[in-house]
Amino acid sequence: MSSDLNGGLQIVWVYPDLLSTYGDRGNMLILAHRARARGIPAQTIEVRSDQRLPDQGDIYLLGGGEDGPQALAAQRLLTDGGLARAAANRAVIFAVCAGYQLLGSTFFAKGDKCPGLDMIDISSDRGPSRAVGELAGDVDPTLGLPPLTGFENHGGRTHLGPGVKPLVRVTTGVGNDGVTEGAWSETILGTYAHGPALARNPALADLLLCWATGEQSLGPLDDTWPDRLRAERLTAVGR
Amino acid sequence: MSDEKKLPLRTAFAVSVSKTAAALSRATGRGDGSVIGGRLGMMIDPDLLAHLAAGREIALVSGTNGKTTTTRFTAAALGVLGDVATNSFGANMPTGHTSALARAGATRYAVLEVDEHYLAQVIQATEPRVVALLNLSRDQLDRAKEVAMMADLWRQALAAHPKVHIVANADDPMVVYAAGAHPADEVTWFSAGQRWQDDSHVCPACGGHIQRGEAGGWACANGDLRRPSPQWTLLDGEVVAPDGVPHEVKLQLPGTVNLGNAATALAVAAKFGVNPIDAIPRLGSVASVAGRYAQVERDGRLVRLLLAKNPASWLEAFEMADVAPTLLAINARDPDGLDTSWLYDVDFSPLRGRQVLVSGDRAMDLAVRLEINGVPFTHVKTFADAVAAVPQGRLEVIANYTAFQDIRAELDRVL
Ligand SMILES: [Zn+2]
Repeated sequence: MSSDLNGGLQIVWVYPDLLSTYGDRGNMLILAHRARARGIPAQTIEVRSDQRLPDQGDIYLLGGGEDGPQALAAQRLLTDGGLARAAANRAVIFAVCAGYQLLGSTFFAKGDKCPGLDMIDISSDRGPSRAVGELAGDVDPTLGLPPLTGFENHGGRTHLGPGVKPLVRVTTGVGNDGVTEGAWSETILGTYAHGPALARNPALADLLLCWATGEQSLGPLDDTWPDRLRAERLTAVGR
Repeated sequence: MSDEKKLPLRTAFAVSVSKTAAALSRATGRGDGSVIGGRLGMMIDPDLLAHLAAGREIALVSGTNGKTTTTRFTAAALGVLGDVATNSFGANMPTGHTSALARAGATRYAVLEVDEHYLAQVIQATEPRVVALLNLSRDQLDRAKEVAMMADLWRQALAAHPKVHIVANADDPMVVYAAGAHPADEVTWFSAGQRWQDDSHVCPACGGHIQRGEAGGWACANGDLRRPSPQWTLLDGEVVAPDGVPHEVKLQLPGTVNLGNAATALAVAAKFGVNPIDAIPRLGSVASVAGRYAQVERDGRLVRLLLAKNPASWLEAFEMADVAPTLLAINARDPDGLDTSWLYDVDFSPLRGRQVLVSGDRAMDLAVRLEINGVPFTHVKTFADAVAAVPQGRLEVIANYTAFQDIRAELDRVL
């Protein structure tokens, strides 16, 4: 729990001007929607790359981006320091694709090895081919979530160190390396899944909300439509 | 075939094969023939497009959105001067251009819609008099190039042809960057608005932040790129020409977006010497473009089809559509792009208060999106179910590419 939620849950979308290639706004909208539906007031804050990143937020979101913007985002986040301070406050960080890669020690952009924020024990390089298509697998059982479904589109491969756990055992698609997908440690969680990830995985959204609020569980919602979407997508990959 | 006598023998043969193949393709129901015909012709004469273009006065129209409609309007406007060859079915790659010119025979003028990836190649082959640059934004995400990279490719292509006149959108920083290195007297700027700005927050010249001001103004924070002053503008539903004279333009096609497309066409035609007053009635006679905007009566419902293939064109479709029952149909097949995440780039709230129906292969993605967006909806399995679910009167249909084709095919079957 990062703060008393007196002013409501603060959801910070980091650099939508650089990291918003694949409907990443969706993850922010879904978190706010699912919080409010439980009576938890939620405030969404979009912080552009030419602005200072506040360090008192409850949930930080990083999205996907092309090589140039990804390298620029990493550079500005390193200079700004706000995200590292937020992590020290035990804020929740949810990062997708390019945003996931730049949380690690290094990543590749435009053929160059770039320094990342080194906030989780991962490093990324280039794979032999681009991974494009449906992504699915079984989530780390300690998180108690149903199977993950998403759509991936990236050229990177990510290597996990002992400081993180894989998020998913892959059954369809590539993810980190064809075996595992995503990573998590404490309250930081990264994935290659677009879709957006939280539209297809509402239980993952609720996990992030639990981490941010300190609640053990949240009240049930009518998830008729997300459940039908999940069933359709998982059936499409033979699950 | 007298018009082909001046062509080199190999070219004449290629044109003949191209036409035959196109006719066969149409006769066997495998398409309108423009692609297969052009492809065969180009195998026989690789310079076929250049040969067919030689001697014609040509305008090219490119951009992410609006190019089919603007091409149609421009061809209509140039019709004031004489016969115009054009690729009217969205076959906008060199094979389609080849086929269109071969089919048209000898015309003094040609207006070609060009896929943004092929602009450099087609400028090289056709030596156009005017190139219209409409806009650049994200499209078919999982295979498109970065938007800024495309602007750079355009800029390089145009730099190699300084005598080509450019008609360009002053409201889109990517377009302004692409046209920015051109001799100033060879650029005509128009302003038709830019609803979708999410792909142009970052300056393509320096990576700085693009700041938006009042009345559509914008400039890079570092001062190296800013909105040029447009010569052609829209004001109170009229098109204002460079001489300051406002023209009433009565279109059958809906929305301010299409008025902007009309203004662009008038600006292009003016470079060929066409007076807007002569061209405007011809623009008003355009009723549909490759099935888009077509109105079809079915069971007492007046169905209108709008194509929305990327976030920018969804916003435009909401602006064009009447406040009436609306069917949204989404697929994610290859031509649509396989990832539906872009649904969250679009704000569907303008649809609140309308009866909304969802359909298509990926209706469930749309359902989740609308729930988050606070837009009530009903799911229908087929187009016929949608028609049955709405009262008599207008039914707006907004669909992405293959969903649009599916619904068009279904409407064609019953007619
Ligand atoms: Zn700049």
